[in-house]
Amino acid sequence: MAKWDISRIDEWKGDEFPLGACIPESGNSREYVTGGWRSQRPVRDSEKCTQCLICWIMCPDSAIVVVDEKVTDFKLDHCKGCGVCANECPADAITMVPEGCELPEVK
Amino acid sequence: MATQKTVSTTGNIVVADAMRQCRPDVMAAYPITPQTTIVEEFAAYVAQGRVHTEYITVESEHSAMSACIGASAAGARVMTATSSQGLALMWEELHIASGMRLPIIMANANRALSAPINIHCDHSDAMGARDAGWVMLFAETAQEAYDNTIMATRIGENPDVLLPVMSCLDGFITTHSIDRIDVLDDDTVAGFVGEYVPQNALLDIDQPVTHGAFSGLGGPFFEFKRAQRDAIERSREVIKSVAAEYSELSGRPFGAIETWGMEDAEVAIVVIGSTAGNTRHVARQLRAQGVKAGVVKVRVFRPFPYAELAATLSGVKAVAVMDRAESFGAEGGPLFLEVRSALYDAETRVPIVGYIYGLGGSDVRLDLIERVYADLSDIAAGTAQPGGLVYLGAR
Amino acid sequence: MATLKELTHREDRLEGGHRLCAGCGASIAVRQVLLGAGEDPVVVGCATGCLEVSTTIYPYSSWKTPFIHNAFENSAATVSGVEAAFKGLKAAGKIPADKRIKFVAFGGDGGTYDIGLQSLSGAMERGHDMVYVCYDNGAYMNTGIQRSSATPKGAWATTAQVGVAQQGKQQRRKDLTQIMAAHGIPYVAQASISHWKDLTMKAEKAFAVEGPAFMNVFAPCPRGWRIPYDKTVEVAKAAVQTGFWPLYEVEDGVWRQTVKVHNKKPVEEFLRPQGRFKHLFKPENADLLAEIQADVDRAYAAVLARCEG
Repeated sequence: MAKWDISRIDEWKGDEFPLGACIPESGNSREYVTGGWRSQRPVRDSEKCTQCLICWIMCPDSAIVVVDEKVTDFKLDHCKGCGVCANECPADAITMVPEGCELPEVK
Repeated sequence: MATQKTVSTTGNIVVADAMRQCRPDVMAAYPITPQTTIVEEFAAYVAQGRVHTEYITVESEHSAMSACIGASAAGARVMTATSSQGLALMWEELHIASGMRLPIIMANANRALSAPINIHCDHSDAMGARDAGWVMLFAETAQEAYDNTIMATRIGENPDVLLPVMSCLDGFITTHSIDRIDVLDDDTVAGFVGEYVPQNALLDIDQPVTHGAFSGLGGPFFEFKRAQRDAIERSREVIKSVAAEYSELSGRPFGAIETWGMEDAEVAIVVIGSTAGNTRHVARQLRAQGVKAGVVKVRVFRPFPYAELAATLSGVKAVAVMDRAESFGAEGGPLFLEVRSALYDAETRVPIVGYIYGLGGSDVRLDLIERVYADLSDIAAGTAQPGGLVYLGAR
Repeated sequence: MATLKELTHREDRLEGGHRLCAGCGASIAVRQVLLGAGEDPVVVGCATGCLEVSTTIYPYSSWKTPFIHNAFENSAATVSGVEAAFKGLKAAGKIPADKRIKFVAFGGDGGTYDIGLQSLSGAMERGHDMVYVCYDNGAYMNTGIQRSSATPKGAWATTAQVGVAQQGKQQRRKDLTQIMAAHGIPYVAQASISHWKDLTMKAEKAFAVEGPAFMNVFAPCPRGWRIPYDKTVEVAKAAVQTGFWPLYEVEDGVWRQTVKVHNKKPVEEFLRPQGRFKHLFKPENADLLAEIQADVDRAYAAVLARCEG
């Protein structure tokens, strides 16, 4: 899938936009940071984690990183800190901790 | 010129035939008088295996246009037909079709809008959609309805345009009257319209695209509208070139306006659709009596042919604009407003009178048209001044 | 029947970076449905609403599939058109005859139970090979929590407010799943985001059948329900456990309860955590609460009576 370069979109004129407000690249919201909404972040205790993957299937923001059937990380660019993962974790392996001042840079 | 066959049939039947010849991939069908025989005729082609078209019998006109939008965005050549309340029900979708730049081809059998309910011809339905961003063609005769349908396909799908096209014909008068029509053969039409090459087709699975995005919150909505304006402006030249090419095939010229007697006309009527024929008939008789009468028929309403109208009307002494639609509370009907605007930049001020006529199929008798020319002759002679809007023939 | 481990090998077709609220049930529903769709490519349509607006704010799209939004009331008609185009283009020889693509339309309860019901009914009756998924959060959330015909009786909404003269919505909710079952289409299911295994299994079936399928997916809205963001799934689970939202499917006319509820809990356990129901727990509303419980019991028993086994 070709990357759609929108770096100069604020300068485009009518006909420079793709026809009819079409977005010609799929899933490019991956570049949009919603992590800045967060007031608390999930922290996973890998000792307690049973790799049941409930957090992954219940995440509204597709923000649980799974590699080879195992949870490895959170996508903090997208995680809004809702805490569903922590609430649903059957092993109580996820804790929500205050975000403090270390917010990711919002693009 | 291509070989042609002469047939005797109705406007609706030849519109359906023209659609068949354009080989749509999808047709959405919903009945409404006086359009219904278009989709019925097409249903027969489906049953006879004469078309490859996926024929969807939707449950409303709103869904007809919704399905057309889905199908067109998917990458298909798409057609449908409607009328009156059906077009009104589609209103929201008309704007979405043009905003998404989808070249859907739709026949509209012009019919009055309720209330009171009425099934007969006027142009209220189409005029209510005049700001929806569609290219709008009007036919005087069944022949023109046939020709317009084929040209509409080429115009809408042109890469410089990519806009939906509405091809209007007068309800009952043109849709249902049997007329003599010359039709092209299937291969000629197929070659003329060619294949539709969609942009950003939804069914191109390898290049997933998003259609119908949200462009508020400071998004470039204004720029998209600007692009739409540019596209419909470009369609002026596209219409000319498509018409020139089609005229070589068919021997039938096509212009955004078509004139009769305008070379030396002193009084002229501007009119749309089937009434143009009656108007020419009266003008011809008046010419025999020495009245320099002219007729201007508007065949393309969007984009509106301002320059052409200004040029042809600039030398006349009085102009009447006959509107088969209301624009309640405005100074005249929709065509009147456009024509008067077209004449604003004319060097000499041409007196212009607006007439509302024929609403809900009310009879357009020849004596009414004679009266309009008589009014114009009085104004031209200086014995009368243009008054306000005239409801022609209403009690 | 895929396990969670197996599901992780499938493509997550909804990308993050969308602007749905924290804890939104709609995106959970979408992820689970599309994970159930299997390997074939999927074209997604969506009605106007939170899901559509928040996932396609120009120039960003969260959809890793071809996606189309048309308007509010017509996602079923729109996707029916896309599916028709697929058939028409195959007939024209422009798409190979053996090409497989799945089609799904999403809509919220406003866009499905209310304004889109005609479009949905028509598309299902016509037999398009498509899945329609309603994510039911029981109100018009995108416009700010107005009551819909899916809003439960007694719920507060901005157009069904609470005061001395009225205690929230006065009418019972419409049973859309049964309306769709009455269409006699090959597959109809009621699911909840809290029961991922049941939901993804139903999505697999819905996408596998030839012809139309309908899924009604319970998807809480923290904002509209006045619940904390982390309780979305928990409250959905309570809806199932109290019999408020029975999980069942209707496959070729055969009704089956897919998740049995042992020791059905009082509906209060679903209602009490939600701020939109807090007025129901005033002593003077005890009768209304009892009436709601009776309604739930009756509706639940009616579904069970139709289910086999």
